[in-house]
Amino acid sequence: MEVPILKQGDYLIATIQAALSDAALLKLRDELVERVGRFRARGVVLDVTVLDVMDSFTTRTLRGIAHMTKLRGARTIIVGIQPEVAFAMTQLGMTLEGVETALDLDGGLAALRQGTKGGGDRGR
Amino acid sequence: MTQKTEGQALGQPKDGGTESLVRELVAYLREQREVLRRQWVEQTTAKGYLADLTPEEIETESAIIYDTCVGCLETGKYDAAQAYAAKMAKRGVLRGMTTEQIIGGLATMRDIYGRSLFQHYHHDLARLSAAALDIYEPVANKILSIVAMACIEERERVVRQQQEAMRELSTPVLQLREGLLILPIIGLIDTQRARQLTEGLLRAIRANRARVVVMDITGVPAVDSKVANHLLQTVQAARLMGAAVIVTGLSAEVAQTLVTIGVDLSSLNTLSDLQSGIEEADRLVGYRVITAEATMARNAET
Repeated sequence: MEVPILKQGDYLIATIQAALSDAALLKLRDELVERVGRFRARGVVLDVTVLDVMDSFTTRTLRGIAHMTKLRGARTIIVGIQPEVAFAMTQLGMTLEGVETALDLDGGLAALRQGTKGGGDRGR
Repeated sequence: MTQKTEGQALGQPKDGGTESLVRELVAYLREQREVLRRQWVEQTTAKGYLADLTPEEIETESAIIYDTCVGCLETGKYDAAQAYAAKMAKRGVLRGMTTEQIIGGLATMRDIYGRSLFQHYHHDLARLSAAALDIYEPVANKILSIVAMACIEERERVVRQQQEAMRELSTPVLQLREGLLILPIIGLIDTQRARQLTEGLLRAIRANRARVVVMDITGVPAVDSKVANHLLQTVQAARLMGAAVIVTGLSAEVAQTLVTIGVDLSSLNTLSDLQSGIEEADRLVGYRVITAEATMARNAET
């Protein structure tokens, strides 16, 4: 299952459409890191609204994406983590430390445009 | 065994003896009903166990209890006692009758029966020990434990009910401004409540599209490492939903305790009181509060 990566101005938007296999997730990571350079993107919004389970591999990969794109000059904001998922993640100690988050696509794009740090990371 | 007929029992004199002794005992207690019941009422009243009941109530209740107990002795079945004990416990608790009073009353009854049996059989020690120790005592103990359990169960039910009520009352999530929520926490936080609180907050964040949450813990009496951990988890979960959390209301004592026991809250954004929390939150969401006078002055300038 391929994840479409859309270019929207200076930003890239990747919306996960269905539960991903580990391989697909790694492919998404490679694509994103590569395209951030190719399109000279300044921000990435990664929409995980459809994921109703977030395992440790997914969490680690998302975190990796955020840190890698950062090194390539683009901020990544992860959006759309569902309440149940967020709760389960904290219970398991997977808290995406150091990664910006926002409520949904709208909030993610707004945070990028404002140039302020995204919702979750502010005030820390 | 008690259901064996007389004919069978003849082959087993011991069992037959027990059975006939039970019948004898029941007959004796029925015969002595008024005397013993009166004694019981007098003694329990004297001890103050029945202080909250009216004389008519004492009459009817004592009769019911007496008959129920003798019934248990006769049939060996405790359903009636169980049902009555549950009813009594419920009423007792509601009317402020303490467990001590209820149990004390029954213990008194046990004594009176015991003494009466002793008097009745004192000329025949073998029969006395069989009747008192093998038949009467087990039944009396069983009834006492049934009543004690009923009282405890009733207590626990009331406690559960109150916990439920407290839980429902005390975790409101309020929207103060667009994108800004307040979560005042009052009372003790246990695992279950922390869970409920977090779920409520996460749902509210999504419903109100909140970007900042001010969590005020002024009303939390004690914060230990467990509570701190619950709070951290709530904050982290909110962060995953894209909302920043400001924690306010940590008192000096709480701060000292946390540092002393070595809880690391450095990842939390904490402020002293609710007001500074709201001001900081306003700043984060992009609000600025200006007095009407200042606005007018500025309008006049332009």
